[in-house]
Amino acid sequence: MASVTYDHVVKRYTADVTVVKDFNVTIKDKEFMVLVGPSGCGKSTALRMLAGLEAISEGEIRIGDRVVNNVAAKDRDIAMVFQSYALYPHMSVFDNMAFPLQMQHMKKGDIDKRVKNASRILGLDPFLQRKPRALSGGQRQRVALGRAIVRNPQVFLLDEPLSNLDAKLRGQTRIELQKLHRDLETTFIYVTHDQVEAMTMGDRIAIMNGGILQQVGTPGEIYDHPANLFVAGFIGSPTMNFIPVTTSDSSAKASGFEVKLPQSVPAGKGTLGFRPESVTDKPSTDGANIEMKVDVVERLGSDQFLYGQVGADQVTARVDPRMKVAPGDNVKLGLDIRSLHLFNAENETALF
Amino acid sequence: MSVATATRQESLARTGSPQWVLQRLQGVLLHIAVIGLTVVWIVPTLGLLISSFRPTSGILTSGWWTALAPPFQFTLQNYSDMLDQSNLGQAMFNSFMVSIPSTVIPVTIAAFSAYAFAWMKFPARDWIFLAFVGLLAVPLQLTFVPVLTFFVAHGIVPDNLTNLGLPPWVGLWLAHAGYGLPFSTYLLANFFRALPSDLFESAEIDGAGTLTVFFRIILPLSVPALASLVIFQFLWVWNDLLVALIYVGGAPEVGPLTVNLAGLTNSLGQGYNLLTAAAFFSMVIPLAVFLSLQRYFVRGILAGSVKG
Repeated sequence: MASVTYDHVVKRYTADVTVVKDFNVTIKDKEFMVLVGPSGCGKSTALRMLAGLEAISEGEIRIGDRVVNNVAAKDRDIAMVFQSYALYPHMSVFDNMAFPLQMQHMKKGDIDKRVKNASRILGLDPFLQRKPRALSGGQRQRVALGRAIVRNPQVFLLDEPLSNLDAKLRGQTRIELQKLHRDLETTFIYVTHDQVEAMTMGDRIAIMNGGILQQVGTPGEIYDHPANLFVAGFIGSPTMNFIPVTTSDSSAKASGFEVKLPQSVPAGKGTLGFRPESVTDKPSTDGANIEMKVDVVERLGSDQFLYGQVGADQVTARVDPRMKVAPGDNVKLGLDIRSLHLFNAENETALF
Repeated sequence: MSVATATRQESLARTGSPQWVLQRLQGVLLHIAVIGLTVVWIVPTLGLLISSFRPTSGILTSGWWTALAPPFQFTLQNYSDMLDQSNLGQAMFNSFMVSIPSTVIPVTIAAFSAYAFAWMKFPARDWIFLAFVGLLAVPLQLTFVPVLTFFVAHGIVPDNLTNLGLPPWVGLWLAHAGYGLPFSTYLLANFFRALPSDLFESAEIDGAGTLTVFFRIILPLSVPALASLVIFQFLWVWNDLLVALIYVGGAPEVGPLTVNLAGLTNSLGQGYNLLTAAAFFSMVIPLAVFLSLQRYFVRGILAGSVKG
């Protein structure tokens, strides 16, 4: 039960290679925080610094009020679940979960009680005497979770724990992890490159790119108000449409259409952003009506995505699944003005 | 899935097709090579075995293969003569006293040093490792004079050691340990390095110190590597004649079995017939060691540790 604070944290391998740059974020007690970003963005390094597996080059990491920069990993009162699970292959499931407690020289009876408790929560009772190699991927993943749970740590660190599971099991485990977080009432810090995991599981999300923290916020805030072009493009699937525009006061002109902006901006160049779901087959009254030459139609049953050209620009639209469209058609679509974003052409930050 | 299907189709290539012929040809060539190698090794061994059961006169006048045709003339005389010599028990005991410490000492030291080389960070680690492994290239014979000079100067010779109440083989143990260390360390360090680093990090977070990680995680996972190393080192020391002769000499109280058996030809005149029996007798122990340890060569001992 503790908060975690990254205070101007830097991780540098050599003078030229800095993988985490001036990282500042406070994770509240009992919060489920997701660190998300493309591979190589520094999210795992940030987590490993907190775990004590990597030295901190600059700045401070605090767990609760305690600065842990020079505290050994085992004394930080954290538990970590690895992407590979890192189970001890020569030990039974029981011994795997008992190992951290044995290291604390806990009494045998207490170890027994804690391991039994964790195995009950995770449904591992029938497998306690098995070796990891006799378990399925999902079961191994639960053993790795169990080994973290038994320690009753202040902070749980999870490094892409679902990426080795198949799609169906991943969805299921996502829900189980959220339940676990609710039951344990502990701070969770979860690293992933999958924006769906981030959006569905996180109380808050911290998005990183190139070692720099881009934005921290609830999934809703980040989806509706991305701070910059990177965040807007990273979150959401299919990705947001980005159209180069020329702005003048309160309107933006693209190659194929012109749209009134919800607020006035300085004249110049910019990038207009809008999500596929704000381009629909319903005519817009206050926004823009655009004409698209359809290249590809994707029917997902519940949705229908159209990919095509508007003027010289690529646009993705989400339309009613019952709408009859074929590649090559010209369709009239409405663009909703309320979900428009405009990004500065130079530094790519959002103007709104 | 697609890969598996592809392989399946390949192995089911239509009978008579060029692909099928090529596959069969590859299989046949492989078998010929394996059988050929086996024959090259087996034939002389078989000859030695048969010779050891032939009377001296037969051995000296005709080839061993003639014994396979009637009239059959086999005898246990060679074995009984060889076993009759008074020093055999002592030599056997000496061999164990030489081989066991000469195996345990280097393997133990190598395990610790390999762990350090593989997983601990210290300055110039890779250079030290390189220099250490470079010792593999030093010919054994080159070391005899300097090492022996050192041993004599510091009293590490059988007579002096016995006077001090120590086993006379201490010098030989040290020599064998030294000769075995570069290879042992090299082999184990490579094996340890291949263990997934997640295991160590996980253990570190779980609160295990360096020694705990070594004894509770690394050693149990390295049983196959340790077993093969023990076999190699034990066989090498058990079969060694030269090093033993140099460092402890040929005195019957200290000389191992190899020294004793090599003496058969000299002390008993034309002893070729006895050597055949002696060779098989000295093979019994290494064979027992190998057979008892080979079950530790378990494949996939890491299965289930990491990844799905």
